[in-house]
Amino acid sequence: MTRLQGFMRFECSAFRVQGRLRPAAMILAGLLLSAVVAASAIEPFPFESELQEQRFRSLAEEIRCTVCQNQSLADSDAPLAQDLRRELFAMLQDGRSDMEIRMFMVDRYGDFVLYRPPLAGHTLLLWGGPIVLLLIALGSTIVIVRRRRKAL
Amino acid sequence: MIAEFGQVSLILALVLAILLGTLPLYGAHRGNETLMRLAPSLVIGHFVFLAAAYVALSAAFLNHDFTISYVALNSNLLLPWYYRLSAVWGGHEGSLLLWMLMLGGWMLAVAAFSRTLPREFVTRVLAVMAIVSIGFLLFTLLTSNPFDRILPGPTDGRDLNPLLQDPGMIFHPPLLYMGYVGFAVAFGFAIAGLLGGKVERDWVRWARPWTLAAWAFLTGGIALGSWWAYYELGWGGWWFWDPVENASFIPWLIGTALLHSQAVTEKRGSFPAWTVLLSIAAFSMSLLGTFLVRSGVLTSVHAFANDPERGLFILMFMAVVTGAALLLYALRAPRIMTGPGFDWMSRETMLLINNVFFTVSAAMVLLGTLYPLIVDFMGWGQISVGPPYFGAMFILLMTPIVILLPLGPFTRWKQDEVMRVIRPLAASAAVAIVLGLIISAALGAWNLRAITGWIGGIWVMAGAIAWVTRQWRSSRSGLALHQWGMTLAHFGVGVFLIGVAMVESMTFERDMRIAPGQTVEAAGYQFTLHEVTQVKGANWRADEARFTVHRNDREIAAMNPQKRLYHRGGQVMTQVALRPGITRDLYIAMGEELDAESGAWSIRIHVKPFVRWIWGGAALMTLGGLVSASDRRYWRRRRTEAKQARTAEVPA
Amino acid sequence: MIRMLLPLIVFGGLLALLIAGLQTAEERKLVQSPLVGKPVPEVTLPALHDPQTTRSTAELVGQPYILNVWGSWCWACRVEHPFIERLGQEAGVPLVGFNWKDEREDALEWLERFGDAWSFHLVDFEGRAAIDLGVYGAPETYLVDHRGIIQHKHIGPIDATVFEDLMRRIMQMRAEAGS
Repeated sequence: MTRLQGFMRFECSAFRVQGRLRPAAMILAGLLLSAVVAASAIEPFPFESELQEQRFRSLAEEIRCTVCQNQSLADSDAPLAQDLRRELFAMLQDGRSDMEIRMFMVDRYGDFVLYRPPLAGHTLLLWGGPIVLLLIALGSTIVIVRRRRKAL
Repeated sequence: MIAEFGQVSLILALVLAILLGTLPLYGAHRGNETLMRLAPSLVIGHFVFLAAAYVALSAAFLNHDFTISYVALNSNLLLPWYYRLSAVWGGHEGSLLLWMLMLGGWMLAVAAFSRTLPREFVTRVLAVMAIVSIGFLLFTLLTSNPFDRILPGPTDGRDLNPLLQDPGMIFHPPLLYMGYVGFAVAFGFAIAGLLGGKVERDWVRWARPWTLAAWAFLTGGIALGSWWAYYELGWGGWWFWDPVENASFIPWLIGTALLHSQAVTEKRGSFPAWTVLLSIAAFSMSLLGTFLVRSGVLTSVHAFANDPERGLFILMFMAVVTGAALLLYALRAPRIMTGPGFDWMSRETMLLINNVFFTVSAAMVLLGTLYPLIVDFMGWGQISVGPPYFGAMFILLMTPIVILLPLGPFTRWKQDEVMRVIRPLAASAAVAIVLGLIISAALGAWNLRAITGWIGGIWVMAGAIAWVTRQWRSSRSGLALHQWGMTLAHFGVGVFLIGVAMVESMTFERDMRIAPGQTVEAAGYQFTLHEVTQVKGANWRADEARFTVHRNDREIAAMNPQKRLYHRGGQVMTQVALRPGITRDLYIAMGEELDAESGAWSIRIHVKPFVRWIWGGAALMTLGGLVSASDRRYWRRRRTEAKQARTAEVPA
Repeated sequence: MIRMLLPLIVFGGLLALLIAGLQTAEERKLVQSPLVGKPVPEVTLPALHDPQTTRSTAELVGQPYILNVWGSWCWACRVEHPFIERLGQEAGVPLVGFNWKDEREDALEWLERFGDAWSFHLVDFEGRAAIDLGVYGAPETYLVDHRGIIQHKHIGPIDATVFEDLMRRIMQMRAEAGS
């Protein structure tokens, strides 16, 4: 993801991708640019109440960081994540509801940005699949036990 | 020289694997003793060459041989020797070498400990495992050679990722691989069983200790990974349902179902098809996990490599191995016998229900992990599937298991009465409800999650104790090892449950601003920052904050979180300060300096109640699995009819 | 017999899905923008050369244009700059720069050094407006038509293939605007 953010030395705190080594990459890796202190996910906001803080935290954990895609907004150090957290705080101060805040994010970044998949036609298989599978399996269990009882 | 030596060793190992996968197998098919006798020596040779290659790579790391590109990418001059050794498996190529070494090791163990098994059968098992080894060796030699040279060699390496420069990371991959690879043994047994078409009950009994050991290692490996992520990554979480975490969890769920299915097939001969299928599935899912980590098909924190070309190779390999296995299943399954009958209330039914829930859970995790692929494939846009989905679904599917768990061991085989099973557990249920409510109230954890967690956890633990007590009283010779093992593991589930419930519902987490000299309050604890100084390490330097923690005016701890800068790679890493405890962890992570003048920093403080119980429970499960695996009853060659009749009576 | 083959069939399906997944792995990493096909948000920001004045996307309604997100800190922007220059010369539509999270002096210095191929720039230092546009990295390039609808968004640096594709789309937008 260094390609997109372009920030020198900024990397999502994760395992680096160990690609195949090319000599050019080695040289690039050797270029030690001054370490830019990246924004930190640890950011105290002046919350009005504990409830507001809890809402902030739970919403931030529900939102996926588009830069460091394996972290939630609450944990990502990416500068964009910092911007979005500030936006989130501003919206909470503004009195927006949880649903409005989620919609705000989805309108701009798509369903990708929520860790909870929406309940829609295209996620029917996702939410319903395991339940249906369970029912089929339990149904088969009943059939099997019935059959085995006869062999008793 | 070392690199070439290592490379040659790998090629020789491949040659031996090819021989092992063909000649003895043919010998088993034809009843040719000479060919079958080749197997043990080939297995030894195969292992020796793999070990030689591994040692060669380790030596290269120790000696700073940067002309080997893998060494240059994962180590450097400042790296301490112990991390140089663990760096061997820190990257894609080396971790494959570890995989193969372990596979070779398990094959050696199977050859060594299977004296009492029919030669034909063992030969087939070893041959199947050798075929798996061929696949991995080809993958390594053709696409991921750890011995590739880079000439001229750089004067210094890049570095091992600082996240990996940690004791937890030393043990996590080896344990995990022991588990993954261990399932190859169960797989081998299942295939050998299908090939031979012999009586299932015997070979399933032989497969059990291997499967138990593999499962135990996998449990330990996953738990270690969770624990490591918790204290190393600085976000205070212990499980993220990340694709690669899921990739290790799916084989675990299937493995758990397999263990229980094997119990039924061994004792009563029922569900042999299930046992075979689950054996194939467990190993396939291990291979799938390998694929997910290395192919880049899903973005993940863990991705070793993002190489679709390599991914395709693994996928083809998986297609061949699993495809052939399932085809064999389709052809031979009708021959498998079905076993005697059983009633609605019977241990068979209980275990069948157990397997249904575990298998569906595995399918659910797989579905959720791959769903973004499906959505993209179908052109439905783009979605993410994360903890809100997995967490909710998993709780839904596991709740019945938690409720039914203590009943299982109390239920007789074949036929039992509901009241007969419930009666001895009535006390446990009462204790669970009363104690659960009292403890929740006393801890101030008066919410649904915590209360149900305590009740469920105590119910499971009390049920295990109740069963042990009854066994102890009724039996003259006490409990067998495998019974202790089962009890330990089930007890561990209860401990785990409480840990999860408390951490998920009662965690305290807050970002705060603090300057030297100030004190902040968090969940009844007072955190005082004294100063922030500069410290140096082997290959890093850091800003270290010195805290003392007080509670009720008594000093509890000194905690020193750091923010490290690793020289070589220029990475900034937070080193969390952790104060573990049985009933709570204190956790401080540094953010950044907010104000140079006052020296104020942002910090994140967590107080995490009972979080150690999560890994404590997992440790008990691991121990239980290992204890069970060591029970000699699995090694006996034959069982008489009389013994069979007796075990049908006494629930064991 | 089908019952026995069921596991194999299911596995086959899984395999097919994974093979398809491998092909799309790179593109799935890009976050598709839900704003494509929707009106571009009205964004009013200070200009780069004269920070006292403001420019806006509203003033561009009636003609198609390119909106290119860049920053002096973004090294991939340097890589795509030759193509940006060509776009500026050959596209025949305004090429608006969106200077994202950048210091004014750094941005001006960068333009000095590499050349200012853009018609004008909008400066978003805080990043607030970028969020409304769904920007999550640089460089990103939006194609907006004469009605103000975002027709296309390209994420990442522009290379030769992408350039051809963008030019084709721009020609189409120009044709539609002409009629």
